[in-house]
Amino acid sequence: MTLPRLCPMTLPLLSVNDLSVQVATPTGPKVVVERLSFDLLPGKTLCLAGESGSGKSMTALSLMQLLPKPTARIADGSAILDGDDILALPEARMRQVRGRKIGMIFQEPMTSLNPVMTVGAQLVGAITAHGSRGRRASHARAVELLDQVQIPEPERRLGQYPHELSGGLRQRIVIAMALAQNPRILIADEPTTALDVTVQAQILALIRKLQADHGISVIMITHDMGVVAEMADEVLVMKHGRTVEHATTKDLFARPEDAYTKELLSAVPRLGEMAGSEIPKRAAGRAVAGSSSDAEQPMLEVKNLTVRFDIKGGILQRPVKRLHAVEGISFDVLKGETLSLVGESGCGKSTTGKALLNLLPWAGEIRVNGRSTRGLRGSTMRPILRDVQMIFQDPYASLDPRMRVGDLVAEPLAIHGLATGSALRDRVEYLLKRVGLSPEQMKRYPHEFSGGQRQRICIARALSLSPKLIVADESVAALDVSIQAQVLDLLQDIQDETGISYLFISHDMAVVEQISHRVAVMYMGRFVEMGTRRQIFENPQHPYTKKLMAAVPVADPTRPRRDFVPKAEDLPSPVRPLDYTPSFPPASDLGGGHLVWNV
Amino acid sequence: MMAYIARRLLQTVVILLGISFVTFILLYLIPADPARQIAGRSATAQTVENIREQLGLNLPFYEQYMRYVGGLVQGDFGRSYLQKTEVSTLIASRLPASLLLMAGAITCELIFGLTMGIVAALRRGSRTDDTLMIASFVGVSAPQFVVGILLLYVFAVKLGWFPIGGYGTFAHLVLPSLTLGFLGAGWYSRMMRSSLIEVMRQDFIRTARATGNGRAKVLFRHAMPNAILPVIAMIGIDIGLFMSGIVVVESVFGWPGIGQLAWQAIQRVDIPIIMGVTLVSAFAIVLGNLLADLITPLIDPRIKLR
Repeated sequence: MTLPRLCPMTLPLLSVNDLSVQVATPTGPKVVVERLSFDLLPGKTLCLAGESGSGKSMTALSLMQLLPKPTARIADGSAILDGDDILALPEARMRQVRGRKIGMIFQEPMTSLNPVMTVGAQLVGAITAHGSRGRRASHARAVELLDQVQIPEPERRLGQYPHELSGGLRQRIVIAMALAQNPRILIADEPTTALDVTVQAQILALIRKLQADHGISVIMITHDMGVVAEMADEVLVMKHGRTVEHATTKDLFARPEDAYTKELLSAVPRLGEMAGSEIPKRAAGRAVAGSSSDAEQPMLEVKNLTVRFDIKGGILQRPVKRLHAVEGISFDVLKGETLSLVGESGCGKSTTGKALLNLLPWAGEIRVNGRSTRGLRGSTMRPILRDVQMIFQDPYASLDPRMRVGDLVAEPLAIHGLATGSALRDRVEYLLKRVGLSPEQMKRYPHEFSGGQRQRICIARALSLSPKLIVADESVAALDVSIQAQVLDLLQDIQDETGISYLFISHDMAVVEQISHRVAVMYMGRFVEMGTRRQIFENPQHPYTKKLMAAVPVADPTRPRRDFVPKAEDLPSPVRPLDYTPSFPPASDLGGGHLVWNV
Repeated sequence: MMAYIARRLLQTVVILLGISFVTFILLYLIPADPARQIAGRSATAQTVENIREQLGLNLPFYEQYMRYVGGLVQGDFGRSYLQKTEVSTLIASRLPASLLLMAGAITCELIFGLTMGIVAALRRGSRTDDTLMIASFVGVSAPQFVVGILLLYVFAVKLGWFPIGGYGTFAHLVLPSLTLGFLGAGWYSRMMRSSLIEVMRQDFIRTARATGNGRAKVLFRHAMPNAILPVIAMIGIDIGLFMSGIVVVESVFGWPGIGQLAWQAIQRVDIPIIMGVTLVSAFAIVLGNLLADLITPLIDPRIKLR
């Protein structure tokens, strides 16, 4: 495939030719990056886009010679930077490239900083990595860097440890460390994937601003076509280590050539895509809106749900403060309806989900199919659990690695004594088929499956008791977009078939728009807005809802890029003194069940 | 902080009470008769009976125990049956030697264990790694009396570098410390190796390398403070291992510490000394763990003492 040489006038800063990376596997070496070539122009942003396993992170690590040894190695190719092939430089000279010429930001801000060193010590470490600059000078530089990445009160932050900071602040610090020695290239490996959408918008804007201020070239690695549209000048789409398409961003979005690129673009849920439609994307034309089924008893009724955790301290370990995780929320989920709880991390949405299954202590009232769950535990809760099941976020962690898939799916049936012997086997086979897996796979273990397949197994397990309500807690967040689309379709098809209700907990506005009948927006343990999907997405009223929507990256490069860079702010803390009594402002009803709270 | 220490020490009192009770029961149940031991082989039944009465050994179990605990509360560990000296005096005179031996052993453990562990981790999968791990395995499995006698034979008898036994100079300290530290060094090197390998895999090590830090800086500034944490917890537990080790090692090397004292007391069923040494050992274990718990948050700020 010949690549279009873009802007032939400018000389490239970095020129990668035929880069191949191999990984050792039990069955022999496997090529994870195959003959990858690209030029990075000064001051430009190149996005490497692709799904997991496409080799994009391996490419980034190769350029820094930071591949995990001894499993991965550069098999072939060159990367010319300032006349040197940085893939072949010896370690001592490569060190001069790291930090000085190329800075790198990583995906996971929670683990990218050393937990036992202060922010200041780590920043100074990055500043003086290639020789001391004197204490005063390096401290001044550290303050200057924190200021550049828009962190308020830099002096105070330098004395703090990573665990005292939010994810957004940590990622800013990682960026500051990458910039410490004024590199000319910044490699950003999924820098915003682990962050909330509003924080993501801030970090992306920050990277664009730093790029404009310092003329840095950026290699951005992402799976999110929305981020690509917001950031890139050029895009290189990768699949299984190969270059699928390489084009300018505008061309790629306007005229994708390769089938895989098209598939990738069409799988991206786009905010606003569903405008004008009353029902979820795949609902079989059967509107289940609140008004039409008033007579029906709701599947789930929640009134004034409150979850608070005491924080203990002092000699006697008495409560000293209180965490207000969920504060007096009320909602119903009707039969065959999907209600989405949307909000950012720490807003209380997962806590709400857990309270519904009595996984933690709560106050208020919860009724499942008319039966109150208050005070039920163990065997008394069991009949309720036949009606309510949960699917969790991480399909890798929520399946016991030492149990066979068939046993995992059969376990709930066995616990509830619903089937034995061949009846049990038939039921498990049916469930696996229903979620698109073959019954022959019953004998296998979870690690033999991909992330998407594992989430299907989790769904099969949740479905095994024929529940009437499934609480899906970020159930598609860890999946690639194309897999995510398949799983969302599966969930909706099951709903059309069985009339099951979903409480869908998510931070992803675009996904929520596709799957929901109704949406509730959560902030600081409260609802700020609730209504039908159209009401929320087409007529958002609360400022927080609007802020959330505005922050979602849009997969449309023609849209003007936002360049506001607000200072990082600390989220208000839900930890309060013991004598704090929350106030409950009444909701204003905008008609048709559209409620807005002035919290 | 002070509140934390106070609470831990209060727990210690309960622990010591429990240990004294269990030890007392065990000593009560063993078939050996202290009165007969004291009286000697040729003594008449009457003499033995008198001694028994004199020491209160004829009283029912709970009364004996209450008398002992009553003494303990007033700081009285009782008197040795045979040496006719206060147990507290005996222990106090022997304790410095044992503490010195322990300090020597910990030093050996750290020097050998950490070095071996770090080298093995950095050369993971190499022949060096294999050799070191086999050595550590030998260290963990070799019985201390065998190690002690071997060291004595090679370095004292054959080479004559160190004295054969006794107490007093630095040279006297070397072989007993090595023997006592041998086991711990094996454990530490294994723990250090796995802990360091785990830490070197972490994202923040990659971040440190990506900013251009050299190998030494990455290892000692970024990795070690994280990797050393489990080893510190281990040192606390180790003091307990030492307490059993010194009984053997002090006997082999004729080291005048409480291990030797305990060994002699056990042979003669000198119950007050056995009780005293047991309680002092238990206290040392609790104290060792407390120290380890106090040091950990100084290194890892995420750990809060509560």
